[in-house]
Amino acid sequence: MAKRRSLLDLEHLSTDDMTGLLRLARRMQRGGPRPLLRRNRIALLFYESSTRTRVSFEFAAKALGATTSVITATASSIEKGESLLDTGYTLRALGTDLIVMRHPSSGAPHVLARNLDIPVVNAGDGLHEHPSQGLLDAYTILRHKKNLKGLRVAIVGDIFHSRVARSATQLLTRFGAHVTLCGPPELCPEIASTLAKNSSVVRHLDPAIRGVDVVMMLRIQKERLAGMNLDIPAYVAAYQLTADKLRIAKKDAIVMHPGPMLRGLEIAGEVADSSQSVIREQVENGVAVRMAILAWCLGAAK
Amino acid sequence: MSAKPKSLLIRNGRVIDPASNIDAEMDILLRDGEVAEVAKKGKTRGSADEKFDARGMIVAPGFIDMHVHLREPGQAHKETIASGTRAAAAGGFTSVCAMPNTNPVNDSAEITAWMLSPERGAIVNVFPIAAATVGSKGQELTDFRGLQKAGAVALTDDGKPILEDEIMRDVLCAAAQVGLPVIQHAEDTRMTAGCSMNAGATAFRLGLRGMPDEAEAAIVERDVKLAAATKARLHVAHISTAGALEAVRKGKREKLAVSCEITPHHFTLIDEDVEARDSLAMYDSRFKMNPPLRSAADREAMLAALADGAIDAIATDHAPHSASEKNAEFEQAPFGITGLETALALAVTHLYREKRITLRRLVELFSATPARLLNLRGRGSLAVGSHADVTIFDPAKRWTYDTEKSASKSKNSPFGGWQLYGKVMATVVDGNIVYRF
Repeated sequence: MAKRRSLLDLEHLSTDDMTGLLRLARRMQRGGPRPLLRRNRIALLFYESSTRTRVSFEFAAKALGATTSVITATASSIEKGESLLDTGYTLRALGTDLIVMRHPSSGAPHVLARNLDIPVVNAGDGLHEHPSQGLLDAYTILRHKKNLKGLRVAIVGDIFHSRVARSATQLLTRFGAHVTLCGPPELCPEIASTLAKNSSVVRHLDPAIRGVDVVMMLRIQKERLAGMNLDIPAYVAAYQLTADKLRIAKKDAIVMHPGPMLRGLEIAGEVADSSQSVIREQVENGVAVRMAILAWCLGAAK
Repeated sequence: MSAKPKSLLIRNGRVIDPASNIDAEMDILLRDGEVAEVAKKGKTRGSADEKFDARGMIVAPGFIDMHVHLREPGQAHKETIASGTRAAAAGGFTSVCAMPNTNPVNDSAEITAWMLSPERGAIVNVFPIAAATVGSKGQELTDFRGLQKAGAVALTDDGKPILEDEIMRDVLCAAAQVGLPVIQHAEDTRMTAGCSMNAGATAFRLGLRGMPDEAEAAIVERDVKLAAATKARLHVAHISTAGALEAVRKGKREKLAVSCEITPHHFTLIDEDVEARDSLAMYDSRFKMNPPLRSAADREAMLAALADGAIDAIATDHAPHSASEKNAEFEQAPFGITGLETALALAVTHLYREKRITLRRLVELFSATPARLLNLRGRGSLAVGSHADVTIFDPAKRWTYDTEKSASKSKNSPFGGWQLYGKVMATVVDGNIVYRF
């Protein structure tokens, strides 16, 4: 039987594995549903709310013929105080072959994977990483740009709290793209430039997006802003991506957003709906990318 | 300690006793719980019931750990006074100071006396350090004189800081009156809520909220000012940042009674060690402690201070936690690691062998200075008439730390599997060998 493995973060995933997953996603998208995982039980363990990640993992698992069960924090024994590991052992005892987990605490999937003998897929851990999102972002970019090498990407907004930014930066810089991280100091500290070799921090929006190939806008994560006094109107004035601002980027630049987006806050509605926006396509590609991840983790990929 | 009169001759070792300015091959005769003779090889006059051949070994005053969490009363699933002192003996410590963050908090003469009761089964000397405020809540001062009479050797709210300026000032004033040192856990908790490691590039990459180093420095700076105003003795626990160290140096330049200790993990590891090369090894809570592992620059500042004397003592901050408590999400796992059994070897391996300090200085950091800072009369020295507490170790002996064989009830050490130099060969308390390799 082929190797079973977890997907916990992109920082430690080999470049070959990244390439392999992106190719596999392409095959999944072309080929559509197939029963590769019909003998597998997949648990979707969500300690945090989610729409697109949860649904697309569930559709991906079902498209591959797996049996799925969704467990959320508020409708399970988690609410009664069961520990993460005990929940993991319980799911394992129930015959689960793979756990997809979203958790508010950075590193929680790593701890779960270390203690279980089944693969764990990180569907977003705290502020740390969101590897399936990073892969689908790269996949989406590659549908519009020939190559990641030499590409200039700006990620704008709440970098500090963003697992999407961390995963995207890890992957895109690995393939030779340059990533500019942009936001006010409290959301985009200078230290963010240490994330990867080919990344930098630019404080203001105009220089950050000038001439870039990709603009990725991030949501202000109000739920994680504990103690921070962010002046929202000032933020909108300085960082909102408007149609005017978008003209600073390359003519054929694409606009991305991992969602959920707040129209009128970080992004103007007209930009989200413009021909340069690939936001809905990102969601669509998410299913194929997650099919690839599940098949790869369960050793069912050919 | 058992008081059976008997004698022990420790022969052929290299005696290092900084307090007596001795570093020579000598024999030591212990009798009736005291050092009876220190003489040139073969020149002791009295007879001995038992002999220990310390050829090739260092014979030092019994080591004193100023900072240990023995977890009793209340958390016997993590450690007991009996198990913790067995780990201390295995680590060469003849005396340990028990921190008051037990359950209930040791803020009374009754609890202090309970800890000192022979029924606890301690095999090394235990010196309780009592809470400075009732319940360590930082509001109302405890009865310092009563605690001192019951056996407390210092005051602290360790585990948390004494945060309020006025309370800290009152604590220092009252402590100065009874002559007890105040030990501060220097952390401005208003800057560290929800944080689980040091602020910096590693924390950013791991998505963990970071404790800024100013949170430590700010408290030490304030406390040094208050120590000047109150003439009290201030001791900074587990110092970890260059900024805090600067404040201690300033206090020392002004001839204030300010001192500090460092843990072995803070002179051995840095925050980058929290990150692993392999995903499955990441977020290992055995690298989570408070204060957190700091930057490489902070560690460098600590090493310099160990050598030049700005740091006074090495203390373990031995903080046992059960496997199920530690094996959890990094942010949820409790702070702290065990340290009694690895302290000497980490000091030998990373300080002495790396030529940062001499063996004499190493011995001083573990014995003479802690005894002086805590006023432990007749300890920290091998002068005739001192307590018969001796630590015998082989600085050249290489060994591998196996947490499964730990005498502690808990195994939460990041040093499991590490090959280290410097092995405790025997620990002698009150003239009795309580640990032998």
